[in-house]
Amino acid sequence: MEMKYTPQDFKSNQEVKWCPGCGDHAILASVQRAMPEICESLNYTKERFVFVSGIGCSSRFPYYMDTYGFHGIHGRASAIATGVKVANPTLTVWQVTGDGDALAIGGNHFIHAIRRNIDINILLFNNQIYGLTKGQYSPTSKLGMITKTSPYGTVEHPFNPGALVLGSRGTFFARSIDVELKLTQDIMVQSAKHDGTAVSEILVNCVIFNDKTHAQVSDKEFRAERTIILKHGEPMIYGKDKDKGLILDGNKIKSVVIGENGITEKDLLVHDAEEENPGIHSMLIDMMYPELPVALGVIRAVKDKTYDDNVRDQVIDAREHAQIHNMDELLHSGAIWEVK
Amino acid sequence: MQHKVIDTKEVVIRFTGDSGDGMQLTGSLFADASALYGNEVSTFPDFPAEIRAPQGTVSGVSGFQVNIGSGEIRTPGDYCDVLVAMNPAALKANAKWAKPTASIILDSDTFDEKGIKKAGFKTDDPITELKLEDRHIIFAPITTLTKESLKDSGLDPKSIIRSKNIFTLGICYYMFNRPMGTTEEYLDKKFRKKPELADANKKALKDGFNYAGNVHAIPNTYKVQPAKLEKGVYRNINGNQATAWGLLAASEKSGIPLFCGSYPITPATSILEELALRKDLNVKTLQCEDEIAGICTSIGAAYAGNLAVTTTSGPGLSLKSEALGLAVMTELPIVVVNVQRGGPSTGIPTKTEQTDLNQALYGRNGECPIAIIAAHSPSHCFDAAFYSAKYALEHMMPVMLLTEGFLGNGSEPWKIPSMKDFPEIKAPVITESEETPFWPFKRDSEKLARRWALPGTPGLEHRVGGLEKNNDGTVSSDPLVHERMVGERAEKVARLANYIPDLEVIGDDSGEVLVVGWGGTYGHLYTAVKELHNEGKSVSLAHFDYILPLPKNTADIFSKFKKIIVCELNSGQFANYLRTQHQQFQYHQKNKVQGQPFIVKEIVDAVNAIL
Repeated sequence: MEMKYTPQDFKSNQEVKWCPGCGDHAILASVQRAMPEICESLNYTKERFVFVSGIGCSSRFPYYMDTYGFHGIHGRASAIATGVKVANPTLTVWQVTGDGDALAIGGNHFIHAIRRNIDINILLFNNQIYGLTKGQYSPTSKLGMITKTSPYGTVEHPFNPGALVLGSRGTFFARSIDVELKLTQDIMVQSAKHDGTAVSEILVNCVIFNDKTHAQVSDKEFRAERTIILKHGEPMIYGKDKDKGLILDGNKIKSVVIGENGITEKDLLVHDAEEENPGIHSMLIDMMYPELPVALGVIRAVKDKTYDDNVRDQVIDAREHAQIHNMDELLHSGAIWEVK
Repeated sequence: MQHKVIDTKEVVIRFTGDSGDGMQLTGSLFADASALYGNEVSTFPDFPAEIRAPQGTVSGVSGFQVNIGSGEIRTPGDYCDVLVAMNPAALKANAKWAKPTASIILDSDTFDEKGIKKAGFKTDDPITELKLEDRHIIFAPITTLTKESLKDSGLDPKSIIRSKNIFTLGICYYMFNRPMGTTEEYLDKKFRKKPELADANKKALKDGFNYAGNVHAIPNTYKVQPAKLEKGVYRNINGNQATAWGLLAASEKSGIPLFCGSYPITPATSILEELALRKDLNVKTLQCEDEIAGICTSIGAAYAGNLAVTTTSGPGLSLKSEALGLAVMTELPIVVVNVQRGGPSTGIPTKTEQTDLNQALYGRNGECPIAIIAAHSPSHCFDAAFYSAKYALEHMMPVMLLTEGFLGNGSEPWKIPSMKDFPEIKAPVITESEETPFWPFKRDSEKLARRWALPGTPGLEHRVGGLEKNNDGTVSSDPLVHERMVGERAEKVARLANYIPDLEVIGDDSGEVLVVGWGGTYGHLYTAVKELHNEGKSVSLAHFDYILPLPKNTADIFSKFKKIIVCELNSGQFANYLRTQHQQFQYHQKNKVQGQPFIVKEIVDAVNAIL
């Protein structure tokens, strides 16, 4: 199909300054590749895109996109993006943030954006470390991790970003890995199509300060065995040979081998991203290697009214039934009197 | 006893009671009725931070002072002619505000042993203890009378007792010969869905009025003739409402939709509330998760092309500091309204102060000047907000509007302006540019304003942000680029001086003493200077609405006076600022940091001391 745009159209003239080998390069490529498809399927034009970020390595992202962009301050990208979207709902707003930016200093704005279900796309680059400040632990660093500010190992439990999304009654959550370029690209398209706050966590490698933090699931050698790519309406199958699946055993998700113990494909859970009840989504989000494969793909995508829709509807309604149409009328409303 | 009607030019009445007694409502209803009658009016709500502090204690006393006159009224009055105290605690807290000639109306039902003890009196005779024997004391059994008045109303006992403020209002209406029509209309409107409450309150009002007429305890009633106001249509307005409306006016004039991202904070909250009502005028309000989100959503909205404002008070402004720097750096037009209150920290939240000037001037990292405008009266908040928005939009920069709790909550009659008398607002929005790619920080040569290219405009894609940039929008840490950009941003603010009005002198252009003030002290300073002038003293007033930049003729005016005294409700912040801007002058100071407005006499005394 001939498309209006090519990825090249979304590359700015700025030199990309991430470290060589940083996972962010791959995500940038995935996003730029997703853009033409998004424009095609949603009939968007390039000037409608706004990329907003906070502070951190990931937050340099807007400079590398040839779109409108706003590089904000630490933690505040969700709030800035919210303002952009409310002011002009015809824009398609993308927030690029990291685990420190979104979940530590910006945690409040992050959960409230999701609670409001404002129609923005949040790309959360999770490298489990503070990279730009050179290697301190983050809210997603694994318990016990040794960093410059935790020389004896961290004593804090990490956040699971997806759990926060569900806890905030989020309507969309997806997960990918930097090295899964095509999956990331697909998720970007799904995110764009979703009305409401769409959070996509992308597990990313920090080659300098937290190298191989996701290696045990992201390495090509075992990725197929240790992750599962969920697809709406399809049974939950994974493994190099597509021989493993997930079932509900009591109230827990369990990994099974198809063909063993009489298990057939029919026994497997079928992924329903559109189910409003977050129960299964929560279990999928919580799955960790080695007990279970890490869930990738669009885990949750449910329909609900968005904040910007609700604001628009209220304004339209108020203006239709307005008693006051301009300032002069407002100034003369209520108790007034004339001095002659 | 012969009923006597005293004609007077000016009367101050102070309503006081428990914070649950409805004194704020009583006071505002009295003010509205007086304004509609044609008096000049100025009000001063003075209430505690607690919604319902322990009943009957001094800490829970809430007050509302109204000054009504047939002539010029610029302040709510220093001391009152009539004090209404609904309980012993209210009397104890407010006796000091009663003039030696004052009448004091008391609810005798509350002056029992328990009430007197709770208020902390040492004896069982509060009048003697407070040395009020010379005042005209009117003990009226208000609670009993209200109960009696409403015994057949069908209301529950609690609701009946709650109406005693309206009964008291009735007494005052008799004393001041006020028409009751507006209050009756108000009650009908307020209790539209509960007509029995409306009827009960109207009955309490009337019975209060009749009671006052029947008993002989009130020998004199007052008549304050309508003021000779300029012809026109008037309304009552408080400062926060005027601020909200001034912003709306700027939105209409500019044709740019208004966005307000805010977090509730005393005493600024009612601006957000007022704007939230105005979806009919295409206003979008967002009650944010915190103060930081308030300004950050506004910055986002400004980037996307709205007239964006955030409203707050001192502690909230502290939280917004970093983001305000971002607005300076990205050169976006936002208005930050700071309704100042007593600080530091939580301080005295419901009391007024001018102690955030330093924060407004200097409270950001890096070299980060912003334009600062101050409102000087409740109704002036309208103009101040309008021009804050106009200059923000036309000069592409954040503007801070400083008001004060005293202005925000205070009200006065206001001659309604016509929108056609306000100037146009032309924001530098562009839809194309000569250069490709677009240079976001290219400036016009006069104002140094950058152009506003709105997302959604084809061909003008660009990036802004907190990192230092060159005029073409590329990130740069080049030493000389940084120094130049710091200079350009500061010069842009400085050049606003070419657009703001000159400073005016009230009184003679030259003389012995120039009283200098800014913001909400205007009414008190004006009244004091007028008093001194009437005594034949060579004293004039220069009151600043524009703080940064200062008006260009400031030094000219200062040089014509032998002495300058800067009067402000802080320890000398504006005086110190003037010392940095116009070092050639010597500045005397009159300061007050009590969470209370000036008293006219304090200013008169301070000026006399240097004359």
